[in-house]
Amino acid sequence: MNQQNGMELRKLLKQTITPMTPTELQRDLWPEMLKRLDRPESVRVPWFDWALAALLSAALLLFPGVIPALLYHL
Amino acid sequence: MELLERFAAGDPEAFETLFRGHQKQVYAWIGRIVRDSGIAEDLTVETFWRIYRSRARFDPAGNFGAWAYRIGTNVALDHLRRSRRETELPENLAADSKPDPAVRRETREHIHQAFSQLPARYRLVATLALIEEEPYEKIADAAGIPVSLVKIRVFRAVRMLRKKLTSMGLELGARR
Repeated sequence: MNQQNGMELRKLLKQTITPMTPTELQRDLWPEMLKRLDRPESVRVPWFDWALAALLSAALLLFPGVIPALLYHL
Repeated sequence: MELLERFAAGDPEAFETLFRGHQKQVYAWIGRIVRDSGIAEDLTVETFWRIYRSRARFDPAGNFGAWAYRIGTNVALDHLRRSRRETELPENLAADSKPDPAVRRETREHIHQAFSQLPARYRLVATLALIEEEPYEKIADAAGIPVSLVKIRVFRAVRMLRKKLTSMGLELGARR
């Protein structure tokens, strides 16, 4: 029954969302590529660094007493 | 020095030659996944940007086309992940393809909605395998996963769609 439903669903999907008609690229993308190559790369901060910064901020908020000790060690 | 060796060594002219030689195929492949010509153009440029950045890791003895397809697939997958919550299937889908008039409008809307809510990695393989009817081997190569995993993802995508459609009140077997 499930297999039959699966086949029916595939058929229905194909009837609803038909394949893309092959489209030719309408223009040369090289000029866009040159612009992209000239653009300076944005600096991406990894999620781990954000998490570390959030953790440190939270720790400083919860235990403000450690701030002088932290400054002393910097 | 061969073209691919020059590219790997950072020769801009070699990169331009490869870009011009492969942009159409990469664009067409990405277009099948994202189903929007404007987005496909942007993602094609992004793909070649990543290719250029990774040139030092490319083995000149390898297949540049297959490598470009794989990076293009990853770029398209990233796009599907980002856009999943923002968009339904693109509007110009209707212009590019004509759905079967025998299928009711409501049914079509439900299917579009359910399909657009699939997780990106399932939507990727479902689009390529079920709609575009690309061979599993080609999808596996492009996605960098084993053929067996492609089959599993297609199977799971169909199961998810069925569940979703049932929850929407669309009974398969009593449709249209």
